[in-house]
Amino acid sequence: MRKEFRDSIQTALNNPNLTGALGRFSEAYRISRAKAYEGIDFEAVRAKIAERKGYAASHLDELADRFTEQIEARGAKVFRTDDPAKVRDYILNLAQQNGVKTIVKSKSMASEEIHLNKHLEKAGIEVRETDLGEWIVQLAGQTPSHMVMPAIHMTKEEVADVFSDKVEQGQAPDIPKLVKFARGKLRDKFLSAEMGITGANIAVAETGTLVIVTNEGNARLVTTLPKIHVAIVGIEKLVTEFSDVVPILTALPRSATAQLLTSYVTMISGPVPNTDGSPKQLHVVLMDNRRSEMSRDPKFKQALQCIRCASCLNVCPVFRLVGGHVFGKVYTGGIGTILTAWFDALKASDEIQSLCIQCGNCTQVCPGKIDIPGLILELRRRIAVEKGQPLAQKAIFKVVNNRRLFHSMLRTASLAQKPLKKDGFIRHLPFFLSELTEFRSLPAIAETPLRDKFAKIEQPKCAEKAAFYSGCLIDFAYPEMGESVVKTLNKAGIEVVFPEGQTCCGAPARFSGAYEVAAQNAKDNIDALLSEDVQYVVSACPTCTVALKHDFIATFESLGKTEALPRARELAAKVTDFSSLVKKLVDEGRLTFKEGRQLGKVTYHDSCHLKRTLNVSEQPRELLTKAGFEISEMYEADMCCGMGGSYTLKLPEISAPILERKLKNIKDAGAPLVAMDCPGCVMQIRGGLDKDGAPINVRHTAQLLTDELE
Amino acid sequence: MQALFDQFKLRAEAVSAEVHRFPYKAAALEFILGYLQQAEVNNSPGAYAVWADCPFLRGLSRSQLAAQIPGLTFEVTRENAAAAKVGISQLDWAMVSTGSLIQDAAPVERRLASTLPNIHIAIVETNCLLADMPAVFSKIRPEQTNYISFITGPSRTADIERVLTIGVHGPEKLIVVFVDEMAGVN
Repeated sequence: MRKEFRDSIQTALNNPNLTGALGRFSEAYRISRAKAYEGIDFEAVRAKIAERKGYAASHLDELADRFTEQIEARGAKVFRTDDPAKVRDYILNLAQQNGVKTIVKSKSMASEEIHLNKHLEKAGIEVRETDLGEWIVQLAGQTPSHMVMPAIHMTKEEVADVFSDKVEQGQAPDIPKLVKFARGKLRDKFLSAEMGITGANIAVAETGTLVIVTNEGNARLVTTLPKIHVAIVGIEKLVTEFSDVVPILTALPRSATAQLLTSYVTMISGPVPNTDGSPKQLHVVLMDNRRSEMSRDPKFKQALQCIRCASCLNVCPVFRLVGGHVFGKVYTGGIGTILTAWFDALKASDEIQSLCIQCGNCTQVCPGKIDIPGLILELRRRIAVEKGQPLAQKAIFKVVNNRRLFHSMLRTASLAQKPLKKDGFIRHLPFFLSELTEFRSLPAIAETPLRDKFAKIEQPKCAEKAAFYSGCLIDFAYPEMGESVVKTLNKAGIEVVFPEGQTCCGAPARFSGAYEVAAQNAKDNIDALLSEDVQYVVSACPTCTVALKHDFIATFESLGKTEALPRARELAAKVTDFSSLVKKLVDEGRLTFKEGRQLGKVTYHDSCHLKRTLNVSEQPRELLTKAGFEISEMYEADMCCGMGGSYTLKLPEISAPILERKLKNIKDAGAPLVAMDCPGCVMQIRGGLDKDGAPINVRHTAQLLTDELE
Repeated sequence: MQALFDQFKLRAEAVSAEVHRFPYKAAALEFILGYLQQAEVNNSPGAYAVWADCPFLRGLSRSQLAAQIPGLTFEVTRENAAAAKVGISQLDWAMVSTGSLIQDAAPVERRLASTLPNIHIAIVETNCLLADMPAVFSKIRPEQTNYISFITGPSRTADIERVLTIGVHGPEKLIVVFVDEMAGVN
């Protein structure tokens, strides 16, 4: 990671206006978005969008032809090109031929993508952004910090200063007055400009229609007052039929700004009369810039289903801390990372892709059903292939994959710090984990790993068997969680075995883009776990569960190792997370809770992979309630704790404030106990609470349930 | 129809539009003229009212109306609209589910009257209320008109500190006037 990138993160984190505004917005957004979708079946709407946009992405050529035919038949001119330079030249030539001195623009990300303003300004043409936020950012000489709210990083005082410096002295930091001022100043520009440039949110092939969505009304003026209208449209905006507009227009305003509909929607299907009665010159630039190439990539084709609502930014725990500036100049956030990799260059996304903590929040809200974290992983993988794996990383994986060596190294490190150990924590761990301790204590490494303890656990002999997959943290740091799992299953008449050959689940390698390492991990684990005759393979770590159930298959598919797939699927079918299995056993009457227990309050933290990949959130709550606990829900219970596996190593400066927020929410819930289903989250949250000093106990759900069962 | 209207009113008011309903054209006209007077529409630039040609005006004497309200003009030019405080136009459909109005806006005077003035008075026939977007999409024909506008409340922005502010580039006030009987005089 370059120093400049780290610095840009630091600058963002140290900007209280930015983090404050984005933080408050993300909290308000969650509620207002839900309200905007009341009475709407979001899953049905987004299934429709994904299907219609997916279809369009496979028929871009055909749709572009049809769109062109339709709108040209009514008098518009269409210019289609793959080359951003040709777009810039086309528009500049058009302006020069028509003696254009001033251009007014309503928001167009496609124009930002090709840095059009700079090109036109260099030729002496005045280009005015008219979207208020874009205008502020343009005057300030900055770049947008959010795709929908470009100036969210600025306070009214800063805006007043920009207006005073660049437009007219003496502007007061009063929002309605500032807006009025902008109206007056830009009104003159609208009335005098000879050319208007817009983007488009949708382009309908069937009818040759551009659909433009705005709130301020600037696009209506841009398309009405100047005699020339140029619309720059990325070809991924194409849809087949006019009726395809309905689901997009249902989702876009709700997801973008939590509105039922924006103030204005404009549908242009050809030139309209100018105010002097002459026909308008209407030019549509259909811009490809690698979109067709993207549509032929089996993985990335789905990114063309994006409707640019930016909801992936609004729910992202990382974006709300750092904002858009760290992402570069144009597209920001999760989807922005993917678009930058294609429209700019793969290497341009090298650093920004590392910002994704893989929590999956965005997958829940994306109206295009794009697997944004999955595509970011794929970027990571391709970058790793291109660059080769760093030596240090190679060394780390070598250690991680050798279980006993890994344990003894961690243990040695842990013992060296023995005098500083207190209540099961190590204050300052040396070696490659040392960065962690700034904001969080680390767990003590168990003297004996679970794998070497397992044979000594006394178990009844049962006909039914389950294999336990421990994962690193339970094996080395929290063997007691594993023992709770065994004890619980024994009560249901299930004997638990520990297949010796099991190794790292491969998530760290996969999340680092080292897919070959992940594939080897997958193979070793499949061999180990399928060697036992068991009914279930149970894990008490959601990340491991996801690896066993989904990622082994995905890794093999990514690498084209199809011969490995049948056995990966055979394993996947047996894999279950702890809470889901216990819930099933309780429902079947094989496990019963002791009666009349009153265990007091507990608050529950949803782990990312459990909730969003495995869709498990009610099961642990139900079990804890049945055991006799009273659930006191915390705010944003399903927001990431900032652990993200190795994320916390790579970007501790982001992991720390995410954790800080989580700790506050836990404390505010007012329970003496916080439960969760993930040992990684336990490590992060327990470590954070230890540093914080708050008297709240952190437990894996398994530890809380075992003793409450008959 | 009452239920549709009530629902529309609820939605439109939620986005800061004003909604009125009149049984006859005469009552609606009286309201509009009263409003223009109250808004102090007059002959000085910045205080005009522009009224775009529309079915509502059929059978009405424009010269008489202009005489009644100095500053009211039916010549919706760029200059007049830019100097107008109030713009009046008729819209084709009202969409209940979002409180929106829909118009074939290809004729430029319709756009001038609804974009440039501070206040937009939007006339709609009550029987043009449609339940939702699919219903509206079954009525509008982009292949037959080159410019269709959806208008939902006044112009708005939240670009400075996310504070909702009404009236950026478009009207800061949207007054929706429903008329049940467009044909009848009284």
